[in-house]
Amino acid sequence: MAGSNENKWQGGILGWVDARFPLSSLWNDHLAKYYAPKNFNFWYFFGSLALLVLVIQIVSGIFLTMNYKPDADKAFAAVEYIMRDVDWGWLIRYIHSTGASAFFIVVYLHMFRGLIYGSHRKPRELIWIFGMLIYLCLMAEAFFGYLLPWGQMSYWGAQVIVNLFSAIPIIGDDLSLWIRGDYVIADATLNRFFAFHVIAVPLVLVGLVAAHILALHEVGSNNPDGVEIKKNKDENGIPVDGIPFHPYYTVKDIVGVVVFLMIFAYVVFFNPEMGGYFLEHPNFVPANPLQTPEHIAPVWYFTPFYAILRAVPSMAGSAFPGVAAMGLAVVILFFLPWLDRSPVKSIRYKGPIFKTALALFVVCFVMLGWLGTQPAEGLLTTFARIGTVYYFAFFLLMLIYTKMEKTKPVPERVTH
Amino acid sequence: MSEGVDQGKRRFLTAATAVVGTVGAGFTLVPFVKSMLPSAKAQAAGAPVEVDISKLEPGQKVNVEWRGKPVWVVWRTPEMLKSITDLDNTVLDPHSEAPQQPPYAKNEYRSIKDEILVMIGICTHLGCSPTYRPDVAPPDLGPDWEGGFFCPCHGSRYDLAGRVYKSMPAPKNMEVPPHRYVGKSVILVGEDEGAA
Amino acid sequence: MKKTILAFVFALLPALSVASGAGVHLDKADIDLSNQQSMQRGARLFMNYCLSCHSAQYQRYNRMARDIGLTDTQVIDNLMFASDKVGETMTVAMRPEDAEKWFGATPPDLTLAARSRGVDWLYTYLRTFYADDSRPTGANNLVFDKVGMPNILWQLQGIQKPVYAETEDGHKHIERLELVKEGSMTPAEFDQSVRDLVNFMAYIAEPVKLERQRIGWWVLGFLVILFVFAYLLKKEYWKDVH
Repeated sequence: MAGSNENKWQGGILGWVDARFPLSSLWNDHLAKYYAPKNFNFWYFFGSLALLVLVIQIVSGIFLTMNYKPDADKAFAAVEYIMRDVDWGWLIRYIHSTGASAFFIVVYLHMFRGLIYGSHRKPRELIWIFGMLIYLCLMAEAFFGYLLPWGQMSYWGAQVIVNLFSAIPIIGDDLSLWIRGDYVIADATLNRFFAFHVIAVPLVLVGLVAAHILALHEVGSNNPDGVEIKKNKDENGIPVDGIPFHPYYTVKDIVGVVVFLMIFAYVVFFNPEMGGYFLEHPNFVPANPLQTPEHIAPVWYFTPFYAILRAVPSMAGSAFPGVAAMGLAVVILFFLPWLDRSPVKSIRYKGPIFKTALALFVVCFVMLGWLGTQPAEGLLTTFARIGTVYYFAFFLLMLIYTKMEKTKPVPERVTH
Repeated sequence: MSEGVDQGKRRFLTAATAVVGTVGAGFTLVPFVKSMLPSAKAQAAGAPVEVDISKLEPGQKVNVEWRGKPVWVVWRTPEMLKSITDLDNTVLDPHSEAPQQPPYAKNEYRSIKDEILVMIGICTHLGCSPTYRPDVAPPDLGPDWEGGFFCPCHGSRYDLAGRVYKSMPAPKNMEVPPHRYVGKSVILVGEDEGAA
Repeated sequence: MKKTILAFVFALLPALSVASGAGVHLDKADIDLSNQQSMQRGARLFMNYCLSCHSAQYQRYNRMARDIGLTDTQVIDNLMFASDKVGETMTVAMRPEDAEKWFGATPPDLTLAARSRGVDWLYTYLRTFYADDSRPTGANNLVFDKVGMPNILWQLQGIQKPVYAETEDGHKHIERLELVKEGSMTPAEFDQSVRDLVNFMAYIAEPVKLERQRIGWWVLGFLVILFVFAYLLKKEYWKDVH
C-alpha cells in the first residue's frame, strides 16, 4: 500500500510529511487498521508493558550515565553521589533498579501468555524466536548492568558467572580471560561491561523489539482461544472478530499502564529494596576482592537457572555439565514451537495432561527460583535436582503428551 | 458503528485523560530536568571563599579561585582612583548601567570600599584572563594608558575599575562578584551582605 | 491436581528450617526516623564515639543539619571536630595504615552500615559486647564473634560478662550476658541511647527516605485520579465492542 495515493493524508503539515514519508501507511498498518482479536484478556497487557519498561529503563539509564563513573575506584561512590548529591538522583536510581526487576516480571508473564495460548505455534514461530533472543539480550543486559554499582554482590556475582565460562573444555580459561580483560574481575571488566550495558545491548534490544513487533503484525495476533481470526473476514476483508488496535487497544493499554505505574510507584517510593530482592543488602558494601560474602546469589530473576546450574553435579572433575544444563534450560525454550505438537493452540481446548503438566511447571519454576537463593546443600539440592529433571521433562516430553491427549473442539469464532 | 455513539462524551473523556496524563508527564519530567542542575557536590565546591587582605600592599593584586574562576582583589592607590575618574569619557559604560555588578558595586569605583577592587578576572569578550597593567604610559600600550587591565587575546582594554574602553572587542565591564566584608581585612567572595 | 501441588508444597516445608539463617537472635531496634530529638542525640553519640575511627564519607554535614532540625552554625559548634566546612562529608582523621596496625583491619565506613547489616543487627551488636581476656581488645561480641572493634561504649553501658549454659552432650554456649559493672547509664537509658544512635545511622544510610515516602503518597494519589479518567475512557470506547 506504500505510495498509493488514495489513502494518503491531504493538507497541512501531516499531508506535507505524508507525501515524503510513509506516515499514514505506518499509522494504518500498525495502529488504526491493524485488526486485533477482540477477546484479549489480562494476559495481553504485558507486551505493551514490556515496551513501556524498555523506555523507562532507557530514559532513566541515560540520566544515570550523566553522573556515573565507570572506574573501579569511583563507581561505588558515584552511585552514592547520585543518591545524595544529584537533585532527584535517588528517584532516577530507584526507577532504574525497580525497572530492572519489573522488566523481568513483565517479560516472564508475557512469555507465560505465549505458553498458555500457543502464541509460539505456526505461523508465529519467528515471533517466538525473536522474543527468545530478546530474553537472552535482557539477561545479558541485566548481568552487565549489575556489575556497575561495584558492590560486593556485583563483584562476586560477576566473578562466579564469568568463571563458569572457564568450565568450557579447551577454550574455557582463555575465554574467561578475554571476557574479563584481566585475571580477575577488575577495572577493565567494569569499563567494558559499561559499554555493553549502556549502548551495545540496548541497540540490539531495540532492533529485536522492532523485529518482534513487525513479525507479529505480519501474521496478526493470536488470542486466548487460539482461533485464527483472519479465517473469517467480512465483505470488506476485515476479520469479523477483529477490532482496530487504535482506538480500542490503545485506550485499554493505557489503563494497563496506569495500573502498572501504581504498583511501580509503590515500590519506588515505599519499598525499593523489596526485602533485599530488588536491591541486595551486600551490595551496600563496596567490592572487596579479598573478601567473599557469606552468601553469593544472583538477583532473583536468574535464580531458577542458577538452581539448575548447581543441581547438576560435577562429572570427571569438570563443572561443565552444570553450565551446559543451565544453558540448555534457556536454549530449549527456543524449540517450543516444534516441541508442542498439540492439534490445538490454546490451553482452553487442551486436555488434562497438558494442564497438569503446566501447573506443575509453574510450581517447579518458582521452587527452582527460591532454591537458587538458598545455599546448595542436603535436602535443598535434592529438590533442585527433582526440579531440574521436571523442567526438562516438561519440554522434551511435550513431543509425546501434547500429541496423545484428548483435546476439545475449537470454536470457529472467538469467545470471551 | 456510529449509532448511539456519544461523540461529545468521547471527546470530553479523551481530552480529560489527555490533560491529566500531560500534567503527570510534566511532573515526571521535572525531576529529570532538575537532576542536571549543579549537584550538592558542585555547590559545596562553589561555596564562598575567604580572602585575607591584612597583608595586602597598596597597588598589589592578589588572586583567589571561586567557582572555578579567577577573582582579583586589588588595593588601589589614590592616583589609581583618580585615573578612574579621568577615564569616564573613554569607557563604554561609565555608570555601570549593564548588570555586571551587585547593587552595592554600582558606583564610581565599582566596589564597597573605594580602594579595594574585587572583580572576576575574565574578559567579557571571549573569556581570556586579562593582564594587570598598573604602569602608566608603557611603550606597548601607548602614552594615554593611565593604568588598568589589558587582555592579550584580542586587545580589549579596561580601566582600574574594570570598565571596558569604547570600541573594544569586549562589550561589557568585567564582572564584580557578590562579596562582603567579614571584619576589616577579610572578604568573603560569593556571598552578599545579609545572606546567611 | 490441586492435591499434588499441595503435597509438593508440604514436602518443601522442612527445607525452610534449613534455609532460615542460623545465628544469634536479633533484638528489634524499633527506630523512628521522624523523631528529630532522637536523631540529634544519635548524631552527638556518633560524632563523639564513632567518627574518631570510622568515617561516614557519603554524608554531608549541612545535609544532616537540614534534615535533623539544626542550623549550620549549631552543627559547626557542637558536632564538627575534624572538618572545617559544613558542606563537606564526614571523613575520619585516622589513616587506614594506622588503623590496620592498631586494630588488624581498617574500621569500615559506616554511612551504609544500616542498609547492609540492618538496624536490628546494629542495635543488637552495640549492646552485646562482653569481657573476654582472650581477645586483644579485652572484649568480644555475641553478634560478631572475635570482632576487632573495642567496646567503645563501655563507660556508658558498663561491663557485661557471659553466662554459660551446658547442653546434654557437654557443649558449652553463651546463654545470656550479665551486667557485672555499672556504667554511667542504666540499662534502659543505654538501650535508648543505642536506639538513638542506630536511628541516626539509619538516617545517614538513606537521608531521603522520609521525603520519598511523602512524595510517594502524592504520586499514588495522582495515579488514582488518572486511573479513573483512563478507565472511564476505556469503558466508553469499548461500548462499541460489546
